[in-house]
Amino acid sequence: MLLIHCPYCGPRPEIEFRGGGEAHIARPQDPARLDDRQWAEFLFWRSNPRGLHAERWLHAHGCQRWFNALRDTVTDRIEATYQAGEPRPR
Amino acid sequence: MKSRFSLLGLARHALSGHAGWGRQWRSPEPKPAYDALIVGGGGHGLATAYYLAKEHGLANIAVLEKGWIGGGNTGRNTTIIRSNYLYDESARLYDHALKLWEGLSQALNYNVMYSARGVMMLAHNTHDVQSFKRHIYANRLNGVDNEWLTPAQAKAFCPPLTIDPDARYPVLGAALQRRGGVARHDAVAWGYARAADALGVDIIQNCEVLEVRSDNSGAVEGVVTNRGTIRAPRIGVVAAGHTSVVMGRAGLRMPLESFPLQALVSEPVKPVFPCVVMSNTVHAYISQSDRGELVIGAGTDQYVSYSQMGGLHVATHTLEAICELFPMFTRLRMLRNWGGIVDVTPDRSPIIGRTPLQGLYVNCGWGTGGFKATPGSGHVFAHTIAKDAPHPINAPFTLERFRTGRLIDEAAAAAVAH
Repeated sequence: MLLIHCPYCGPRPEIEFRGGGEAHIARPQDPARLDDRQWAEFLFWRSNPRGLHAERWLHAHGCQRWFNALRDTVTDRIEATYQAGEPRPR
Repeated sequence: MKSRFSLLGLARHALSGHAGWGRQWRSPEPKPAYDALIVGGGGHGLATAYYLAKEHGLANIAVLEKGWIGGGNTGRNTTIIRSNYLYDESARLYDHALKLWEGLSQALNYNVMYSARGVMMLAHNTHDVQSFKRHIYANRLNGVDNEWLTPAQAKAFCPPLTIDPDARYPVLGAALQRRGGVARHDAVAWGYARAADALGVDIIQNCEVLEVRSDNSGAVEGVVTNRGTIRAPRIGVVAAGHTSVVMGRAGLRMPLESFPLQALVSEPVKPVFPCVVMSNTVHAYISQSDRGELVIGAGTDQYVSYSQMGGLHVATHTLEAICELFPMFTRLRMLRNWGGIVDVTPDRSPIIGRTPLQGLYVNCGWGTGGFKATPGSGHVFAHTIAKDAPHPINAPFTLERFRTGRLIDEAAAAAVAH
């Protein structure tokens, strides 16, 4: 089980959280202008890296706020957590 | 085949103290060029190579495996075989595999220990009952056997099951596919490897693909590996959880996410469990191996990972469900637990087909349920590579469907809640 540092509440066990998938996928400003390929990339294509992964988490059984984490997908070690809207640390 | 397994052969080797069994496949050095390469030496990749050689006459091919064959998800799954999927496309695909399972030991001359002992899926609430009955009717229209059992019939089919109406999740009925069952997972990899090798396929282990090369026109030329460069005009990627990584080395992104899926086995006990039981709602899968261990499937973790471990709370949750359904197992000890990395598509159906690069084919996205499809997957993928066009069975399972929107939404058929 992961120990996740919520930026608002501090370290809490993973069962308090819900994973929200890859972070920094911005919804297109004007979806009507996208073609099908671009829309599919927004909806479905994911980087799925072996290594550092920026991902969203919801502290569901806590402050109920969304934030982002940078985690190594090989070791599952969380390198950093940061508030939604902040840039990826690295 | 150089040495066919037979009763006579077994007797002959018994007389010489079983000292004369040879290696079952060669361990060749990679040649500089092949007619086709298969990247990934799991069950699906080895089956693809076998059918390419057997049915399409493509024998100058190699299977490149990063580790050892069958060492990934082929050796990590819960060995369950069934074909009771809802949609027509899926029913055809998985039932194609099931029909191949039925004759596989004979076709490969290798005992894969396919045992059609029945797969029973438990319904615990009204939604389950309605959805399973819908599955049963849809399956029957597609010629796939599936039948409804009352709680008493379910108990008769699997005596360890508790059907106490006061249980926290009472059993309201079950869907039973009698042709479903289990097979020996390692034997599937070894059987396909041995049969493919006998047809001339080179199986090259400890060979990781570092780069997939293509020319200016967008056609693949070959791969760079840790054992040198290998040229080939056709490359099939069958890398399961690592598909995104391999495809990234060809410069392509995929609609995939990789999650750890956990399983565990108990200490071995005498035969007590006659079938396979699955429960989507309380999340448990269980069967008993021929060695006596109870083989238990747990869930996926909620985050992308390549760690092949996963959190203990996921396995604990499944064990709580198992103890609830089968109180006789409450004092059983667990022997081992592990994780495998499964690649999940947005619609929970696999991708089997061409890619934007000419000559590059991909077979991936089997998610939490790839083992059951091994023979069918290899069979239709071999056709796709050999003909540069899909077999009618895998034609709907394109990469393109995520652009066109023609999805095959089987999220309900996958027992594991994603």
